[in-house]
Amino acid sequence: MLSSTRTTRRAAARTLQATAGVAAVALALTACGGSGEAPAEGSSEDDSPITLKVATFNDFGYTDEMLASYTEEHPNVTVEQVKAATSDDARTNLTTKLAAGGEGLADVEAIEVDWLPELAQYPDLFTDLADPELEGRWVDWKVQQATTPDGKLIGYGTDIGPEAICYRADLFEKAGLPTDREEVAELLGGEDATWEDYFAVGRDFVAESDAAWYDSSAGIFQGMISQLPAAFEDPESGEPTDLADNTDVKAIYDEITGSIDDDLSGGLEQWSEDWTAAFQADAFATMLCPSWMTGPIEGNSGGVEGWDVADVFPGGGGNWGGSFLTVPASGENTEAAKELAAWLTAPEQQTSAFEAAGTFPSQVEAQASEAVQTFTNPFFNDAPVGEIFSTRAQAIEGAPYKGAHYFAIRDEVTNALNRVDITKSQDAEESWAEAVEKASALG
Amino acid sequence: MAVLTDRRSAPESGAPQRESRRLGFSQRLGRWDVKLSPYLYISPFFILFAVTGLFPLGYTAFVSLHEWSLLGGQGEFVGLQNFTDVLNQPTFWKSLVNTLSIFVLSSVPQVIVAVTIAALLDQNLRSATFWRMGVLIPYVVAPVAVSMIFGRLFADQYGLINSLLTLIGLDPIAWHGDRLASHVAIASIVNYRWVGYNALIFLAAMQAVPRELYEAAVIDGAGRVRQFFSITVPQIRSTVIFVVITSTIGGLQIFDEVRMYDATGLGGADKNWMTTVLYLYDVAWGNQHSLGRASAVAWMLFLLIVVIGFVNFLVTRQISSSGMASKKSRRKSATTSMSRGNA
Repeated sequence: MLSSTRTTRRAAARTLQATAGVAAVALALTACGGSGEAPAEGSSEDDSPITLKVATFNDFGYTDEMLASYTEEHPNVTVEQVKAATSDDARTNLTTKLAAGGEGLADVEAIEVDWLPELAQYPDLFTDLADPELEGRWVDWKVQQATTPDGKLIGYGTDIGPEAICYRADLFEKAGLPTDREEVAELLGGEDATWEDYFAVGRDFVAESDAAWYDSSAGIFQGMISQLPAAFEDPESGEPTDLADNTDVKAIYDEITGSIDDDLSGGLEQWSEDWTAAFQADAFATMLCPSWMTGPIEGNSGGVEGWDVADVFPGGGGNWGGSFLTVPASGENTEAAKELAAWLTAPEQQTSAFEAAGTFPSQVEAQASEAVQTFTNPFFNDAPVGEIFSTRAQAIEGAPYKGAHYFAIRDEVTNALNRVDITKSQDAEESWAEAVEKASALG
Repeated sequence: MAVLTDRRSAPESGAPQRESRRLGFSQRLGRWDVKLSPYLYISPFFILFAVTGLFPLGYTAFVSLHEWSLLGGQGEFVGLQNFTDVLNQPTFWKSLVNTLSIFVLSSVPQVIVAVTIAALLDQNLRSATFWRMGVLIPYVVAPVAVSMIFGRLFADQYGLINSLLTLIGLDPIAWHGDRLASHVAIASIVNYRWVGYNALIFLAAMQAVPRELYEAAVIDGAGRVRQFFSITVPQIRSTVIFVVITSTIGGLQIFDEVRMYDATGLGGADKNWMTTVLYLYDVAWGNQHSLGRASAVAWMLFLLIVVIGFVNFLVTRQISSSGMASKKSRRKSATTSMSRGNA
C-alpha cells in the first residue's frame, strides 16, 4: 500500500515536471511564432495557462472544433462551453450569481436582448467592451441595444432575429390567393407593406378558408409594438407613460382586437400545447417569422407541406430576439475573456455558427458572406432564407427604447389581448381597463 | 488500557491534594454530563434548524423591510412599504383565492380517496405488495414530467380530454379559460401525485389497528362500512391529522404544477391559476425584480399557513372526537384515579 502510493506520487511529480517542461517549450515556441501573425496575442496580461468558460443556452452554434481552434491561436487559453437548456435557466443562473457578487459565473456569459433593460441598470457588473477597432462590425442598432445610457458597451452582438412573413402556400391556394413568394410579398404590400394591408388580405383569406389568418394576437402585438420608437416609457426620464393616455399603444391594441373580432386570429398562445398541435391541424395560414422561428415551425409541422417565406414585413422592418456575449466584471481574466468574446462574435465565427445552428448573424460582413447569401431552406420550399433575412435585416431602422418598466407593462397589455383572444373572458374595452389598472399598480 | 495505566500512575506520583482536585473536576464533569449532554445529543437538529430554518426566516423579515432588488441588492429601509405595495396589487389577492381554491380542491378529495384506497389495500388481496407498490408509482414520477403530460391532456383545443368530451357529444371545457376548470385541472395533477403516497401512510396506520377490534365488531354484527367508520377511522385519527397538516402545507405551496400548466407559466392572462408561491416567484424574478416585496409575500404566506394549519388541527380534532368520546372519558377517569392514588 505505502510503497504503491509513494510510486504514484513520485510518478505524478515526474509527469508534472514533464508537462511543465513541455508547456514551457510550447509557450516559448508560440511566443516566437505568434509575434508575427497574431497581434491580439499580447493583449492578455501574461501567457500563463488559463481556462475560460463560456456560458450559452439553447444552441449558439459554437462547436467544439471552433473553440479548439481558438486554443490553437492562443495556446495558453483553454475554452470550455457551459450550455444551459433554456434561456430561462441561463437567466436565473446569471441574475442569481450576479446578485451573489459574481461567484461562480463564467468568464463570458451569453444574454438575450430582452434581459438588457434590467442588466443595463447595473453597468458596473459588466466589463466595458467598447473597442474602436470593432466599430462597424455590427449593424448599428445591435450595438445601440447593448449600450448603457452612460455610453458603456456591455455586450458583443451574436445573432439577430429579422422578421419576415412565413405562410402556408397550400392554404393560400385553396383560398384563391397567389402562392409564389414574390407574388405574396406584393400582395401584402411589398416594400411599403402596412399592417392595414396585412389585415385586409387576412379578411379576404378568412372569407374563403376555415383556417385563421395568424396564430396568436400576442405574436402580432410583439411585432407591432417593436416598431414604436418608445412604446411604454419616456426615453429622457425612463419614467413609464401612463397607459391610460398611451394613444399609440391603444391604437395598436384596437387594430388587433378588431382583427380578432373578424376571426383573423387562431386564438392560440405561442409555445402552448394547443399552438404546437395547431401546426398539424392547418389552423392558421401566416406567422410573423423571425429567422430563428423557421426552426420551431419545421419542428412542429412534421408531415405538413406548404410552408414558405415571403420577403416582406408590414410597417417596415422588425426584429425579434437576438443575443449578446458579456464579460462579467467579477471574472479573474476579464481582458482575456473580452478578447475571446470579440473573437467569437467576429464575422468568420458567426458565419460558421449560422451554418451550424442557423443563428442569423448580426455582423454586417457575415450577412453579406457567401455562406449566408446562398443559404436555402428545403422545408420552406427551398426559399433563399439567407438572402431574404438579410434584406429584412437591412429594413430595420433602429432599436426601440426599452427601459426598466418595458416588459412589465408590455406583459399587462399582452395579457389583456389574451383575455380577448384566447380565454374570451372579457371584451376589448373591459380588458384594456384592467391592463391600465394593473400597470398602474406595478409601481 | 493506556488510559487506565496513566490514571493509575498519575495519582501515585502526584500530591494527595491534586487527587482531590481531580476528583472535584471529574465530579463537575459528571454533573455537566448529566445536565448538558442530553442537550448536546439533540443539538444537531436545532443547530441545523437554526441555520436552515430560523435564520432564513429572520433574514426574510429583514429583507422585507427594505427596498431590495434582485441585482441591486439592499436599498433603503422602507418599513412596511413592501407589505402595502403587495396588498395593493390585485394579483396578490387573486393568487390567495386561487391558492385556497386549489388547496381545497386537492387536499379534501386527496385525503378521502387515499383513505378509501388504503382501506381497500388493507383487505386480504392477492399479490398485495404489487398493488401497494402500484399506488406509489405516480409519486416516483417527477412533478414537472407529470405536469407536462397533464398539460397535453388538458390542452383547450387539441387536448385528449376535450377530444373525448366532444366525442361523446359534450361541450369542450376551457381548461385554460375558465377559472374553476383550471383549478380542477391543476388539483387533479396534484392529486395524481400525492394520493398514492398518502394512501400508503394510511395503510401503515391501518395495519397497526388491533385485529381483535374487527373480530369483536364482526361478532357484534357490524358490516364492512360500519367497521370502517367505527373502528378504522377513529383508530387512525392521529395519522389523519398528520396527513391533513402536511397536505395543507404542501397545498398552500403549490408551484411546479402551476408553473408548468401553460407556456408562460405565470398563471395565464387572467392570473386565473396563479398561486401565491408563483406570485412570489414572479415578484422576485419576474418583471418587478423586487426581493423586498417577495419577502413580504413570503412572510404573509407563512402566517397564513400557520393560521390555516392551526384551524385544521382544531377541525380534525373535532371531527374525530365523536369516535373519541368514549376514549376521552376513559382517559379522564384514568387520570382521576391516578391523581387520587397520588393523593
